[in-house]
Amino acid sequence: MSDLIKHIDDPVLEIRNLSVAYNKDKPAVTDVSAGIKKNKVTAIMGPSGCGKSTLLRAINRMHDLYPNIDINGDILLNGEETTNMSTIMLRRKIGMVFQRPNPFPTMSIHDNVIAGYKLNGIRLKKSDRNEIVEKSLRDVALWDEVKDSLTKKGTFLSGGQQQRLCIARALAFRPDMILLDEPTSALDPVATKKVEELLTQLKEHYTILLVTHNMSQAARISDYSMFMYLGELIEYGKTKDMFIKPIDKRTEEYLTGKFS
Amino acid sequence: MENPTLNKRIVKDRLFAGGIFLLSMVTISPIVLIIYKLVSKGYRQINFDFFSKKAPDTYEAMVAVNSGEIIPGGILNGITGTLFMVLIASAMAIPIGLMIGIFLYDQKTKRYAGIVRDIVDILQGVPSIVLGLIAYFWVVKNITHGFSALAGSTALAIMMLPLIIRSTEETLKMIPESIREAGFALGVPYHKIILRVLIPSGFSGLATGILLAISRIIGETAPLMLTALGSMEVNLNMTKPTSAVPLLIWEFYNDPNMIDLIWSSSLFLMMVVLLLNLVSKQLIAKRS
Amino acid sequence: MFNSERIVKTLLFLASAVVILVTAGMVYSLTSGAIPVFKEFGLRFIISSEWNPTEGREVYGALPFIIGTLLTSLIAIILCFPLAFSTSLFIGEYYRGTRMASITGTMVDMLAGIPSIVYGLWGFYVLRPLIVALGWSAQGFSIFTAGVVLAIMIIPYATSITTEIIKMVSNDLKEAAYSLGATRREVIFNVIVPNARSGIFTSYILAFGRALGETMAVTMLIGNSNMIPKGIFDSGNTMASVIANQFGEADGLKLSALIAIALLLFVITGIINGIGKLIVKKYSV
Repeated sequence: MSDLIKHIDDPVLEIRNLSVAYNKDKPAVTDVSAGIKKNKVTAIMGPSGCGKSTLLRAINRMHDLYPNIDINGDILLNGEETTNMSTIMLRRKIGMVFQRPNPFPTMSIHDNVIAGYKLNGIRLKKSDRNEIVEKSLRDVALWDEVKDSLTKKGTFLSGGQQQRLCIARALAFRPDMILLDEPTSALDPVATKKVEELLTQLKEHYTILLVTHNMSQAARISDYSMFMYLGELIEYGKTKDMFIKPIDKRTEEYLTGKFS
Repeated sequence: MENPTLNKRIVKDRLFAGGIFLLSMVTISPIVLIIYKLVSKGYRQINFDFFSKKAPDTYEAMVAVNSGEIIPGGILNGITGTLFMVLIASAMAIPIGLMIGIFLYDQKTKRYAGIVRDIVDILQGVPSIVLGLIAYFWVVKNITHGFSALAGSTALAIMMLPLIIRSTEETLKMIPESIREAGFALGVPYHKIILRVLIPSGFSGLATGILLAISRIIGETAPLMLTALGSMEVNLNMTKPTSAVPLLIWEFYNDPNMIDLIWSSSLFLMMVVLLLNLVSKQLIAKRS
Repeated sequence: MFNSERIVKTLLFLASAVVILVTAGMVYSLTSGAIPVFKEFGLRFIISSEWNPTEGREVYGALPFIIGTLLTSLIAIILCFPLAFSTSLFIGEYYRGTRMASITGTMVDMLAGIPSIVYGLWGFYVLRPLIVALGWSAQGFSIFTAGVVLAIMIIPYATSITTEIIKMVSNDLKEAAYSLGATRREVIFNVIVPNARSGIFTSYILAFGRALGETMAVTMLIGNSNMIPKGIFDSGNTMASVIANQFGEADGLKLSALIAIALLLFVITGIINGIGKLIVKKYSV
């Protein structure tokens, strides 16, 4: 791990010696340490099975949902140990967007945006509700497209629109950071471009951590990049530097397409 | 803005999970209680005589009860009757059921097949007592002119039919289309594809469906009361009244002298049903 | 070669006609058997509560049995719901994929394997004395007693379908809800239940349909009175149990009345199952 960023000033999130194993002989993430910089897009790259999604899901403790997953190390959000927080509060502070668009099929577009409030049993005044819906949908540039069909089911939208709706749903709580797990892998190129544009705009207000298997996507939109291989964090640095002059041989091989 | 406190939500979540656990335990308690009752009260009566002797008459039973002995005799006439009627019912329902299942699989989306499928569903929902009544009219009144094994079997066969049809169709659907096409590609005639390709590759599925259908009818009492009636003798004549294990249980239940026999007979009947279920589950497990 | 294919196809087609013939024959036999009683009493057969087989003063009204059937089945479904629903969540969500879930599932399946008459015996010797001890009913024979046993009998049907439906709710949706900070209970009520709603509803409709036609266990526990029950702890009779009870001594008009009840039962269960099937069709598109 030569020359990779050892220290980031004032990180939103700090990962310290994190290891995750699905069972004892099968570690998925091994001893990863990194800080995530505020209001930047950080990409996690690597071949499939390298542990990048596992790392991402450790941050909002999604692994807690399943038994027998062994987690060691610390993750600090704004200096606070995440294991000391309730998963409820943690997940409200960290939004998540998934590989496949997954709006709630039984809820309208409007209800999908404020689903976080609904699920957390928070009752809003109608005016507050409408304000949050409009603001969140404007944030993801979806407002003009759906403002006349807010009562329709979210599943009627196109794949790209659905994914932006899911991002709006994650934003509605005004989280500290957003985790995206290969958010464009199920989208066509046009929809992918829209989501990428959106992410570069969103970093003004949010810290974004993006898992991608697509290195050109990382090059296009991220400020910082991590390269993971076989569960280890091989290299972490400014995206520009890493793509121009990777330090580790494995990073170079990956970036030049020797393996994927 | 009303914001329920975190603790309140977590407590609610825990209480709910606890409630689910508790109610689930309540759900499975009857099976434990029933098996316990049957085993504890019935095991003493199950011996060699139980399987090899006919049911006692009420006088024999009374003498035994009064002198504190185990009631003599067994349920041989019930076991043979059940076997006999299940055999006849199977002979009626299995070939036709398999054929209709193959037909539905073959026709899949055709409109007529859809209608047949709907009718099969209706048939499956018909209460068994109604089927007993029907078999009474068709067979007891018009064919055997008296209560008979054939009438009982008819009611049971109508019960089996929809179960076999549906399981046959489902099983065949799971066979990869390519296997069927491979047969066609070799120029094999249609009936040979059915006999040599479809039925062998779906065999365990078909057998499972048949066993489950038998396990469903073997404990039926109500339709047999209206058709087979019951008999004190071992009867293997289709046109004569016949006993069956559930019918014997009903007779024992209604005779104060023989009441002690209900537990062993019920235990036996339940074990047979559960065994059939177990075997068919093994077959499913083997297949996958 | 070509001919043998035609023969097989024709044979299969003829087999399918058997199902239609059997069902049509059933409708015909029930209807023609029921005609005398409907000729005699008309609609009064359904709305009258008088059932008197005494010769010369014969009156037949099926209302007590219709009410008895609906009441027992309703009690069964009300008692069954919390148990079956909890068990489905236990197997399909909380303990999904564990040994605990498979053992519980097997035990619930075993409930379906117990013959109706054995339920009747158990109800008679275990449940009925309990009802007497609690002072709810003097003899313990009641609509409620029958309803409790019916509830246990239909639990496996409701549970197995509901469990499958709950398992089918996609993990993506559940994770989306968890990622927004929901607790498991909140995920269940806001994601799982709304997505599985129609399937769950259907499973209870079908379970209700099964309860309507159950005969032996009910006959042994309901008390077999021909009057409209005054309450759920009063004795009564269901359509199925009155057929089983009174068939042996029936002929003439009384037999026709019992057939008419069978016809009603056939129609009601047909409608209930039809509704269930329609819902499945509507939502499975």
